[in-house]
Amino acid sequence: MLGRLNFDALHHGTVEMVGIASMFGGLILAVTALTYFKRWKWLWRVWLTSTDPKKIGVMYIATALFMLLRGAVDAGMMRTQQAISVGDSTGFLNPDQFQQVFSAHGTIMIFFAAMGLMFGLINWIVPLQIGARDVAFPFLNATSFWLFFMGAMLVNTSLVVGEFSAAGWLAYPPLSELAYSPSVGVDYWIWALQIAGVGSLLAGINFLVTILRMRRLGMTLMKMPMFCWSVLGTTTLIIFAFPILTATLAMLALDRSFGMHFFTSYYGGNPMMYVNLIWAWGHPEVYILILPAFGVFSEVVATFSRKRLFGYTSMVWAIWAIVFLSFIVWLHHFFTMGAGANVNAFFGVMTMAIAVPTGVKVFNWLFTMYRGRIRFTTPMLWFLGFVATFTIGGMAGVLMAVPPADFQLHNSLFLVAHFHTMIIGGVVFGYFAGLTYWFPKIFGFKLNERLGRYAFWCWLVGFLLAFIPLYILGFMGATRRLDHYDASLGWQQLFIVAGVGVAIIGLGLFFQVLQLIVSIKDRHKNLDKTGDPWDGRTLEWSTASPPPVYNFASLSAVDDRDAFWAMKRARVKPAIKYEAIEIAKNTSLPIIIGALAFTFGFGFVWHMYWLVALSFAALITVIAWRASDDATEYTVPASEVKRIELAGGNTA
Amino acid sequence: MNDETLNSKTVFGFWVYLMTDCILFATLFATFAVLRHSTYGGPSGQEIFSLPLVLAMTLILLTSSFSAGVGLLAARRGEGRQALAWFGLTFLLGAAFLTLEIREFVHLTAEGHSWRASAFLSSFFTLVGTHGAHISSGLIWMAVLVPRSVQRGLGSVDLRRLTCLTLFWHFLDVVWIFIFTVVYLMGVLS
Repeated sequence: MLGRLNFDALHHGTVEMVGIASMFGGLILAVTALTYFKRWKWLWRVWLTSTDPKKIGVMYIATALFMLLRGAVDAGMMRTQQAISVGDSTGFLNPDQFQQVFSAHGTIMIFFAAMGLMFGLINWIVPLQIGARDVAFPFLNATSFWLFFMGAMLVNTSLVVGEFSAAGWLAYPPLSELAYSPSVGVDYWIWALQIAGVGSLLAGINFLVTILRMRRLGMTLMKMPMFCWSVLGTTTLIIFAFPILTATLAMLALDRSFGMHFFTSYYGGNPMMYVNLIWAWGHPEVYILILPAFGVFSEVVATFSRKRLFGYTSMVWAIWAIVFLSFIVWLHHFFTMGAGANVNAFFGVMTMAIAVPTGVKVFNWLFTMYRGRIRFTTPMLWFLGFVATFTIGGMAGVLMAVPPADFQLHNSLFLVAHFHTMIIGGVVFGYFAGLTYWFPKIFGFKLNERLGRYAFWCWLVGFLLAFIPLYILGFMGATRRLDHYDASLGWQQLFIVAGVGVAIIGLGLFFQVLQLIVSIKDRHKNLDKTGDPWDGRTLEWSTASPPPVYNFASLSAVDDRDAFWAMKRARVKPAIKYEAIEIAKNTSLPIIIGALAFTFGFGFVWHMYWLVALSFAALITVIAWRASDDATEYTVPASEVKRIELAGGNTA
Repeated sequence: MNDETLNSKTVFGFWVYLMTDCILFATLFATFAVLRHSTYGGPSGQEIFSLPLVLAMTLILLTSSFSAGVGLLAARRGEGRQALAWFGLTFLLGAAFLTLEIREFVHLTAEGHSWRASAFLSSFFTLVGTHGAHISSGLIWMAVLVPRSVQRGLGSVDLRRLTCLTLFWHFLDVVWIFIFTVVYLMGVLS
């Protein structure tokens, strides 16, 4: 009945118990607060069943920030372990715990922190920037979120029931096969990613169609804001890359659950096939993450330099060059596989070539700033920090693109430092800039600038302290994922510096949490009553903050790249004719679909095949039910639109 | 086809979905191509495939694609009974195809050539089985959608949904042509 689930799954060491206790503590606190303030119905009606992309975006970001904190705790544990586990001391984590921690850290940060922040920003801004009232498929959008959320919950469940994967964030076979990882850890990893991945794939399709089919009249592709271009690039990558992930995870699951031999080291299986496939998804994935960050910077730099974005057309071409090239570089993740000199040379040269469009973008941003009237707001600080760190990381990347150099640096801490420079200095800084920049649009008040600056400086200084030593350690021969090393190697001082760096990043996170609390408390001081707090250029600033559920009352045509900027300059106030607006209804089915996907995955993890079958049958029933429901929209009557507009002070 | 259906975001979105499915199959094809000689001492495709059976399956599926197309045309003319008949035929042909595939799988497993026997058989069962799973969901979709659409009088929403279903069915036909060629023909004749 329970498959391989029994009470042993609940036995844990001290470290895990602390994690479980803090998770349950938070959960009990949240439940108590919701009950005390009688907010359950509000939570269900306003949030959990919502199909409004602005609300879904908030839920994505809340989930992602929660997972970011969890991943950051993992990072702190690794840095502490490596700073103290020298010579006779073995630190506070045993090897198995350490392996789970680094596997969880990578998985959580990429799939549930970065992807969540990305989809959150996309949900917030894409419909507003293209001047639309909703996404193409609102129901599908909510379903994507709930699949993402339930994937994250499956990772968290593994902390309590059973254990997580100890096979690294990409679970290379044969280590991740049943023969070497017999417990449930890798299965949790597979199903958490599979469920969240299907959600990402559906969201990719949804936003591609949204951008291509729902732009405001007059907004040709070449008049589209750069953030939307970057999202179009990202969704294209998702559409091409995520099916590979789905198939690859499915094959690994078939190996583990049904005794197949795709990637086993016997019966003719081919582990390197997995490594090829996972990177054929994995390399595009890093560009999936970075492109929207580039898009954010394009908006931020133009707005805070009070100038039109420099080199718009070359920016667009750079995005598509990156999209194309990102599919022909995957082999650089395993030059050491032994594919031969010619193959390695091809992938090395292609990898170096990616630096060209990326460089084009960096120079375009700098030229946008040139002779602009720059305001050093927090989003702009994040941009400047990004330029410095991203350039360091990019240079390290080009260095490793040289196959002979890579043979030395493969799997060393140099590599770890490189990709963290790209992900933190590029993706994370970009998303933080975006969050600060668009926060007033979604919530109606600005974030506290002073605490934002404190957070930025902590992140920048902490980041440099944490990762510059890792570059040096990499040169000194330190490989990644070490839970212990010999004192005679002379690495400890540098590991301690790196540990201090992570502590300072932790302080930055603390300031960000504080910033959120203080900003909510002081929100009446920072209210955005105009809808345009930064003197913005694109359409999202032309509606109220926060925007009404239908985003825009009138869908008047646009004829300029910086559509709102042109309207402001021309002092156009389009005459508003209030009309009735059709909006997607709230629905509880997406959260039900998510919950069923969760039980489906949980059943697979623990070999409870009755639960798998039951969940699957229920999923089909729910989808068929939805497909025969024709009344999925409601109408906001013209009089109501008028009332909202007059009360909200909509400027368009 | 009326413009409304052609320009519908749903149909466009469904096309994009089909392309993602195409990549999913491409991944399985690539894996099959890499592993097809990894028989680990077990049988190769040449020894276990029966071409006449697979040819029969191919003809059945191709016919079903034709009947689905005619069914959609009938639906678009608003001829409910004809649409029902053609899609009914499609359903029967699809079910026949699926039955033959399951029989082949059962037969192979009974002979001891299951998916556990070698990497080649793992990739064979997965590629062909994924196609079969798609056919099954197409059949369920057809059974739920077609009678209801006809009952509701084939309005624009119904036509849009039937268009998606038919696209899906044709797509599976195309995938099967590749399976027939790459897995069976190249497996037996090379």
